[in-house]
Amino acid sequence: MAELATDNLGTQGAARGGFGAWLLDPKRRGALLVTPAITILFVMNIFPLMWSFGLSFFNYKASSPRVPSFRGLSNYERVLTDDKTWERFQTTAVIVGSSVLLQLIVGFLLALMFAKAFPLRRIVLMLVLTPMMLSFVSVGVFFKLFYEPTFGIVSYVMNLFTTEKFVMLGSPAGAIAGIVIADAWMWSPFVMLLVLAGLVSVPKYLYEAAEIDRASSWRTFWTITFPYIKSLLLLAILFRTIETFKLFDIVYIITEGGPGSSTETIAVFLYRNAFQFFQTSRSAALAYIVLFIVIVLTNLYLYAVNRRAQEAN
Amino acid sequence: MTIELKKLTKRFGSLTAVDAIDLDVGDGEVLCLLGPSGCGKTTTLRMVAGLEYATEGDIYLQGARVNDLAPRDRNVAMSFQFYALYPSLSVAENLAFPLHADGLSRAEIEQRVKRISDTLQLDKILTRTPGQLAEGEKQRVAVGRSIIRDPQCFLFDEPLSRLDVQLREEMRGEIKEVLQDLSKPTVIVTHDQLEALTMADRIAVMRDGRIEQVDTPHNVFQSPENLFVAGFIGTPQMNLLPATLTGTNGHGTADFAIAGGQSMTIEVDPRIADLAQGANVTLGIRPRNLEISHDPAPDGISTKIDIVEPMGAETLAHLSDGQHDLRLVADWRVPLSEGDQVHTRFPPGATHVFTENEQVLRSAP
Repeated sequence: MAELATDNLGTQGAARGGFGAWLLDPKRRGALLVTPAITILFVMNIFPLMWSFGLSFFNYKASSPRVPSFRGLSNYERVLTDDKTWERFQTTAVIVGSSVLLQLIVGFLLALMFAKAFPLRRIVLMLVLTPMMLSFVSVGVFFKLFYEPTFGIVSYVMNLFTTEKFVMLGSPAGAIAGIVIADAWMWSPFVMLLVLAGLVSVPKYLYEAAEIDRASSWRTFWTITFPYIKSLLLLAILFRTIETFKLFDIVYIITEGGPGSSTETIAVFLYRNAFQFFQTSRSAALAYIVLFIVIVLTNLYLYAVNRRAQEAN
Repeated sequence: MTIELKKLTKRFGSLTAVDAIDLDVGDGEVLCLLGPSGCGKTTTLRMVAGLEYATEGDIYLQGARVNDLAPRDRNVAMSFQFYALYPSLSVAENLAFPLHADGLSRAEIEQRVKRISDTLQLDKILTRTPGQLAEGEKQRVAVGRSIIRDPQCFLFDEPLSRLDVQLREEMRGEIKEVLQDLSKPTVIVTHDQLEALTMADRIAVMRDGRIEQVDTPHNVFQSPENLFVAGFIGTPQMNLLPATLTGTNGHGTADFAIAGGQSMTIEVDPRIADLAQGANVTLGIRPRNLEISHDPAPDGISTKIDIVEPMGAETLAHLSDGQHDLRLVADWRVPLSEGDQVHTRFPPGATHVFTENEQVLRSAP
C-alpha cells in the first residue's frame, strides 16, 4: 500500500472512493478532529448548562415524578427574597473576606522572605508550595483531623495552656476560623507566587538609586516596590475571591456547614438544596445568580489582566 | 584631594576586578574612567558610591575614610547607566526624590526643582512619568536628579551610552556645561574615548583592573605611556609596527629592520640610544601623522594600497607591505587609489617607540 504511506492520504483515498476516504478529505479533516471534543463539551457542559437554565423557570423536583410546570421568574424571586439566601451570602462574604485577607498577608510576607537568597531557599520554596498542589479533599481531611477535639494536634497544643477541652469547631466563630485557616494555608502560596513574580521584576538598580538618594525603607517600598506588585496584588485578590466564593469541598469536609448553619457557604447551601432537599429548580435559579456574580468578578479580573498587559507595554 | 583611592582592590571569588588602584580627584575636577568593558571601571565607581564593598584598600571622601559607610551615609550623587528613574513618579517627583532625606520645606524643594528644570530644559515635561519620556529626556532627568542636591561628589556611570550618536554629541556639550558649574569632584565612567576626551579634565585609562595611565586628555593622546593606551586611544587606531633596532646614529635617528626584509631610518626619541642593538621594539604612529610619497625614501617602507575609505574631509587608506597592515588618514584631495604602490614616510618626532615590556621608551631606570 504505497499510496497510504504518502502524506496525501485523503485525496488519494477520495480518488478510490468510499466513505472513509470522503471523511478524510483535507477539507473536512480539521472539523473531524475537533468533533469528539466538541461533542463531549456539548453533552457534558453546554447542554446541562442550558437545560438547567431552562429548569430554573419551572417547578421541577428531581425526586418527584410530577410533570413540572412553567413558573416564570418566581424561583428567582423566592430565592432572592429568602432570608436564608442572604444569610448564606453573608457567611460566604465573611469567609471570603477573612480568608483572602489572610492569604494576602501571609503570601506577601512569604514573598518578601523568598525574594532574598538564603540557604536551602529552593527546597523551602518547594515545601511552601506543596499545599497548593494538594487536593481540596485531602486538605479538608487534614484540617478536620487537626481540629479533632480528642486527638487533634490543635486541641493537644491548646490543652498545654488550658485544662478545658478545646473544641475548635464547636462555636460558629471557631468553625469559621477553622475553615479560613485551612483555605488560607492552602492558597497563601499562590498569592506568594504572584507577589514574588512582582518583587523579582523590580530592577535592582532602582533600589541602588534609592539607597544613593537616601530614601527611607518606607518610601522605598511605596515608591519602588509597591508599584511593581500592585497590579499583581489586584490579580491575586480577584482570583482568590472568585475561587473562595465557590468554596465547597473544604467546608463540606471540615464542618458540613455546621455548627447549625454558621459555616454554610453559598456553595454548600446550593448543594444541600439541590441534592439533599431536591429543590432542583430553585437551586438552579440560585446557581445562575451565583454564576452571574462570578461572571462579574471574572470580568473585573480580565480587566485587571488587560490593564497589566498594557502597563507592561 | 576630595576623592582619594588607595590600593583599592575588589575581588569576586577568584576574579580580581579592581587591582590595587591609586587615584585622586580634586574639587571641581572631572575625571573619566575609560576602558574596555570588564576592565573594572564600573566596579571602581560602585565602590566609591558604596554599592560594592572594597576587598582591600581605602576610599577617602573629603579626607574621611568611608569604606564602612553605607551609600546613604556617604552623601554621594550618582546617575546610573539605565537612568534608574522611579517609574511611578513624575519627572518633578523624581527630581525632588533625593531632597526628601534633607527634610527641606516644600517651597525649598519646589524652588530647587525649578532651578534644575530650567537649567536642563525639563520644565515642559515635569508632569510626565519616565515611561512617557524619550531617551534623551530620561538622561537629562537622571543627570538633574543627581545634581539637585549638594553631595560630596558626583558619579556618572556611562551617562551617554544609551543615546544615539546625534543626541550623544548634543548631550556631551550640555553635560560638560553642567559639570563646569559644579565645584565638586566628578567621576564619569565611560567606554567611549570621545566622551572621555571631550568631557574630562583628566582621564584614567583602565585595563584588567589596573590603571594604565592617568593624565590630561591631551597627554593621554599625545604621549601614551604604554602599548595598551596607545592602541586604545584615538580613532582610527594608532599603527603599531613590530621592528628590530639595528643601529643608532645620534640625535635620536635610528635604523630599524621590519619583518619581511624592509628597513628604515627615522628620527625618534633620543633615548633610543639607551637600547641595545637588536632590541625588539614596537613603533607606533598615528594614521594622521603618516605621510606618503611616490618616490622611495629611507624614512619609511613601501606598501600597496589595499582599501580606500572616503570619510568626507579625509580619506582612510589601508596599506599593506605583505606582512603588516598600516592605516593612513590623508586629506581628501590626496589622490589614493586601490592597488597603487606607495612609500610611507615617518616624519621626525611622530613615532613612539615601545620597548619589549610594552612601555614607552624611557631613560634607563
